[in-house]
Amino acid sequence: MFERKSGIILIAGIGFFALAFLSNAVVPVLMYQHMPEKTVKELINGNLRYQFEDLAQRFPEAFENAYGQPPADPEQAGSWYNDKCETALRLGHQIYVGEGCWHCHSQFVRPVSNEDRRWGPVSKSWEYQNELQRPVMFGTRRVGPDLSREGGRRSSDWQAVHLFHPEALSVGSPMPKYPWLFDGAPDKPTARGLALLTYIQWLGSWHETYPYYEDYIPVPIKTAAKSE
Amino acid sequence: MSAGTNIVASDRNFPKHQDLVEEQLVLWYFVAALLFMTVSMLAGTLMGLQLIRHNPLPSIEILSPGRWRMIHTNAIAYGFLANAFLGIMHWVIPRLTLRPCLDRRLSYLIFAAWQFVVLATAVGIIFGQAQGLEWGETPVWIDPVAQLGLLLVAINFGAPILQTRGPMYVTLWYYLAALVWTFLTYAMGNFVPEYFVCGSSAGAVGGLFIHDLVGLFVTPLGWGMMYYFVPILLKRPMWSHGLSLVGFWGLAFFYPLQGIHHFLYTPIPMFLQYGAVLSTIALELVVVTVIINFVGTLYGTGGLVVTNLPLRYFYTGILFYFLTCLQCALQVTMTFQALIHFTDWVVGHAHMVMFGVFSMWQLGVMTYLVPRILKTEWYSAKWCEWHYWASAGGLLVMSGDLILGGLFQGWSWAALQPWDASIRLSIPFWSVRLVAGVVIFAAQILFMLNFYLTWRKAPRTNPVTIPDSSGLTTA
Ligand code: HEC
Repeated sequence: MFERKSGIILIAGIGFFALAFLSNAVVPVLMYQHMPEKTVKELINGNLRYQFEDLAQRFPEAFENAYGQPPADPEQAGSWYNDKCETALRLGHQIYVGEGCWHCHSQFVRPVSNEDRRWGPVSKSWEYQNELQRPVMFGTRRVGPDLSREGGRRSSDWQAVHLFHPEALSVGSPMPKYPWLFDGAPDKPTARGLALLTYIQWLGSWHETYPYYEDYIPVPIKTAAKSE
Repeated sequence: MSAGTNIVASDRNFPKHQDLVEEQLVLWYFVAALLFMTVSMLAGTLMGLQLIRHNPLPSIEILSPGRWRMIHTNAIAYGFLANAFLGIMHWVIPRLTLRPCLDRRLSYLIFAAWQFVVLATAVGIIFGQAQGLEWGETPVWIDPVAQLGLLLVAINFGAPILQTRGPMYVTLWYYLAALVWTFLTYAMGNFVPEYFVCGSSAGAVGGLFIHDLVGLFVTPLGWGMMYYFVPILLKRPMWSHGLSLVGFWGLAFFYPLQGIHHFLYTPIPMFLQYGAVLSTIALELVVVTVIINFVGTLYGTGGLVVTNLPLRYFYTGILFYFLTCLQCALQVTMTFQALIHFTDWVVGHAHMVMFGVFSMWQLGVMTYLVPRILKTEWYSAKWCEWHYWASAGGLLVMSGDLILGGLFQGWSWAALQPWDASIRLSIPFWSVRLVAGVVIFAAQILFMLNFYLTWRKAPRTNPVTIPDSSGLTTA
């Protein structure tokens, strides 16, 4: 059996592989069955909507170029913003993956090494049961800080300037520049730039403690207030 | 084993080497492998420069360092390692089974298809189409093509192996199992966490994938190769057949159970994390038996391992293998993980495995095979020596440096220093790493130049008419 073709193909090749797949993959899948995967639409929350409309106010031209004008009727405007926010979140996630941000930034706070004091609450499984965590963005290396509680921590202006030229805000930062997400200046994000900003502001927006770091002083925004 | 094949070689009824091995194809695979290695090392250099903030070409979208970081890992895994393995298998499998691969045209088709897959992956990543799983970044539309390619590979090599009668040699156990595993692993990693499961479960599958790709694709093909070439070069059989058995079955059982150890302290259920930790430690015991077997085989051969260059490559790789596995057993514990996870320690570990072990082995096999296929000595034996010393030395410095740097990063984070403190303390380590990387890169360029000049001076005759290439043990 140990040196026969059948033993090697069936037991080692298929059998052991299947055993590992069952114990290491199927078990967690079954354990999390009670937490169904959320779609991107279901992920849009008040905090994120607030940030998204904030983008519309900070970068009115860029926003209009990317998404057009919201309908005048506040009811309709609400669902219009929701739709656009969903599109932005999807695209932003795609850019986050395509640019390899996840090779320098993790998205999970561990219960060790004082991480909860640096970034906020330790990560829980339910936070990851959604479409944008397929494949999961845990990450494997932290050149830059964890981003799973980044949303709302800094203003979108800060984030835009930082993406355009990290060293302008963070002296000696090894993070690459992303000028191709802008039309030549940090206050002119393209549709892709806006999308990535939306994605960054989404991270952690589902938390009660959101935003974890800076004082949350809401700017009065008409539609955002209405949609709440 | 080598004694057996000697008898075989003198028997007129057995197939001749040139009817079995498609030598030209072996060379082509080596060329492709080395070209992709150049791409990968260029990418690595770019990221290395970015980290010390000396990226010479910032602000160019298609040179985005994050994208090239993915090309670095993918070009090494699928471009260098896979191509070199395929080339070497085209030499080893027909000679061990005394049967050619299933179909010559299929072999060439696979060669072309595989280069297409790797190139398309690189192009897809450059244009920002990567998917979010390490080594599974392969753009969506290439996944089915690569999967089909792997199926063809399994059929083409599986045919001669399955036709053999009687007991199989160790190498063929590893190869046969690897053909099955690679196909299954690729399918698991490139479809399940992308389309079927999300969140922590996707993490568990993803961990399994990156781990199996090393453990069930690279490792068995690597060890299979060692079990073949080491006894030939030493002109003696493996020290213990029993230990060979323990090594193979231990790897087959314990390796796939460890995937989750890449994501310790995540929300993945704790008992699964502990399971992965335990099976990792168990595997270290198996690894020790394999190392003992190879050291036992070497024992009493005098200074051969020093004077014979390919052999020196092999045993350097085996030494690094022992070191990385020892490292595994320590770093997999929760205590260690708390400190070193997410740091450059892991990057150092990865380089030691991928370059220090498997690339060293493959470069050793190339050093051994190229003159045999081209029927001429290396253009410069001295350059071969330089290649060895710069590769091994560069790698030792690079991994040592990153492993040490990782400790400092971990301590800096745990001490809640501001983030830029950890960046500032990393800069010296990143600078040393860059220099070591450039040394390694230069060594490979020298090797390629040597390869090219050797090829140019090779006799341009039809190899079939050369009588002395018929022996099966062209030692
Ligand atoms: C080479 C590794 C690297 C890559 C790639 C990278 N970053 Fe960073 N990032 C860093 C480092 C280092 C810092 C910390 C220094 C700083 O603030 O610039 C950082 C900081 C950040 C911050 C600020 C965190 C905070 O609140 O202090 C955000 C947000 C961020 N990165 C987002 C991104 C996004 C989005 C991408 C992909 C488009 C990305 N990063 C790609 C290394 C990287």
